[in-house]
Amino acid sequence: MRNISRDHIKAILTLLPSIILIGVFVYGFICNTFWTSMTDWGGSGALAENPEKNYIGLSNYRDLFTGFLGGGFRQDLVNAVFYSVSLLCGAIGLGLFIAILLDCKPRGEGFFRTAFLYPMSLSFIVTGTIWRWMLAPNGGVNILPSYVGMEKLPLKWLTSTRTILEFNWQNLWQVLLCVIAFFMIMAGLWKLKDETSRAGKRWIVIGVMTGTLAWLFGDILPKALFMEELHGFNLATLGIVMATIWQYSGYTMALYLAGFTGISQDMRDAAMLDGASSAGYYRFVALPMLRPITLSAIIILSHISLKMFDLIFAMTGPDNAETGHPALTMYLTTFRANDFAKGAAIAIVLFMIAATFIIPYLISSYRKGND
Amino acid sequence: MIKRFSMGTLLLYGTLGLLVIAYLLPAYLAFVTALKLPGEITLPRSWDLPAEMNWKSFSQAFSLLRPNIVNSIILAISATFLSTLLGSLNGYVFSKWKFRGSEIIFTLFLFGMFIPYQVILIPLFQTLRAMNLYGGLPGLILAHVVYGLPITSLIFRNFYAQIPSALIESAMLDRAGFFSIYTRIVFPLSIPGFVVTSLWQFTQIWNEFLWGICLTRYQSNPITVGLAQLAGGQAVSWNLPMAGSILAAIPVLLIYVFLGRYFIKGLLAGSVKE
Repeated sequence: MRNISRDHIKAILTLLPSIILIGVFVYGFICNTFWTSMTDWGGSGALAENPEKNYIGLSNYRDLFTGFLGGGFRQDLVNAVFYSVSLLCGAIGLGLFIAILLDCKPRGEGFFRTAFLYPMSLSFIVTGTIWRWMLAPNGGVNILPSYVGMEKLPLKWLTSTRTILEFNWQNLWQVLLCVIAFFMIMAGLWKLKDETSRAGKRWIVIGVMTGTLAWLFGDILPKALFMEELHGFNLATLGIVMATIWQYSGYTMALYLAGFTGISQDMRDAAMLDGASSAGYYRFVALPMLRPITLSAIIILSHISLKMFDLIFAMTGPDNAETGHPALTMYLTTFRANDFAKGAAIAIVLFMIAATFIIPYLISSYRKGND
Repeated sequence: MIKRFSMGTLLLYGTLGLLVIAYLLPAYLAFVTALKLPGEITLPRSWDLPAEMNWKSFSQAFSLLRPNIVNSIILAISATFLSTLLGSLNGYVFSKWKFRGSEIIFTLFLFGMFIPYQVILIPLFQTLRAMNLYGGLPGLILAHVVYGLPITSLIFRNFYAQIPSALIESAMLDRAGFFSIYTRIVFPLSIPGFVVTSLWQFTQIWNEFLWGICLTRYQSNPITVGLAQLAGGQAVSWNLPMAGSILAAIPVLLIYVFLGRYFIKGLLAGSVKE
């Protein structure tokens, strides 16, 4: 018995260096960045041996969200949200579609899989360089339709200055409430379809009420900004979305394909015997079983889209306001403008957004592991 | 055998064919552009095949990127080696020597894999400067080893979970200790685990850009930074960035084409729980 406990000490000692490294480099550094974001570290002396830092509380965050000069950051943030949502829909939708096609076991399945997955192995810089050339106006993708006898596309992919789905940042609270209401109604409808539970109806009622109240009485909510400021989805980002989907739909495909293969043939035969069509099989049997896979795909893709830096850097260069992203603004603010405190604040905002979905995910997988 | 052509199969192969063409178009465009003479590259004719093969683009791009490629090879091999070794030991502890709190520690490790790296960039930059490691390869290697620990520990933990505990227990009855069980039983069984993990780490490190650009000086820039600079310059004609992209993609593509099985395993290990 003593022998075993000594081995356990050895085990802990083996783990110790890694624990210390992760403790310092992950948790210590996050706290340090949080502290930095509450100082005024920046300006000409920022890179000195012992730079001057004074505690200024949350004023960096106030500047970013309500300040006169924070408009660029707010646009980047809105753009990043639209970017994440379109990437999620595109990559998961396309990946699932291809996975279903390949699940029909066509000849040369291996070749097809390789062709869909190879972009995944490339660096974002390589993808970005190639796609910048693909999306050049008057060339690349735009002239492809002329090869099948159609008109050229007039799209200005990466340099477009058009913005859609604009809203006034002053009404941020109202808009957020409406979005929350929308999701509640969707969740309610989703629940209703599964089982006729009361929870579903409750979600819908609360959602409709929140939405209506926000719509009617949104004016009495505090204004998020002292002046009118429009933000929306910059169409120039569509090019970036396309390149990211090209690179990552193979990944979701691989995830779903692995999941489909994991479902036993018996299950499939049983569903078919019960009179399910192919569409019915995927809709009612396979997809509900693969919910954990969909969840990990959502987590991984949101995480990737939140820290997206390389691809945008390579496709439009760091200074293109139309395709801005907080991850890129963080780099420019910190390492080009030497405004370390504000860069830290942007990083913390990104981290907080990531933490809101990563922490519940990790806690639930921890609980599952303990069962 | 009678071949049956139903509408369904026709539709299936048609859709798959179109999709494959769409996915391969960027690779095709990169190749034909790289093989053209600079004067031949124009936007309206960007899809045409080159009039004559200009293989020189590759040697030119290679001589421009050679220092970066050398840096990336050193970086990727040493960081992969170290983080894989540590990950293997951690995975061994996490799966076979569980102690009170080890699952929590493991979950806390995993968190490090999901943070946006911007949030640790400033202290990392400061720490490397204070340790006199800023600007060179050793600092970058350190960063890749530390932040590679979560994924390598995860892959090895899941891999070692498949080794039956009875094997470990019988070795313990033979008075084998913590390290001798590792070197005599676990390590010899881990070759596939090492292959999966090191291929995954190698591709990740080879493709990384953010730390490369923030933590290294010009002489130590890895390939991604070199390529971004080559492609970012306005004066360069497009055949060089395209040839450079292909050169930067070759090592990871080779891994992917020849060892794709393992690469996909690493990919799935990073996202699907056992």
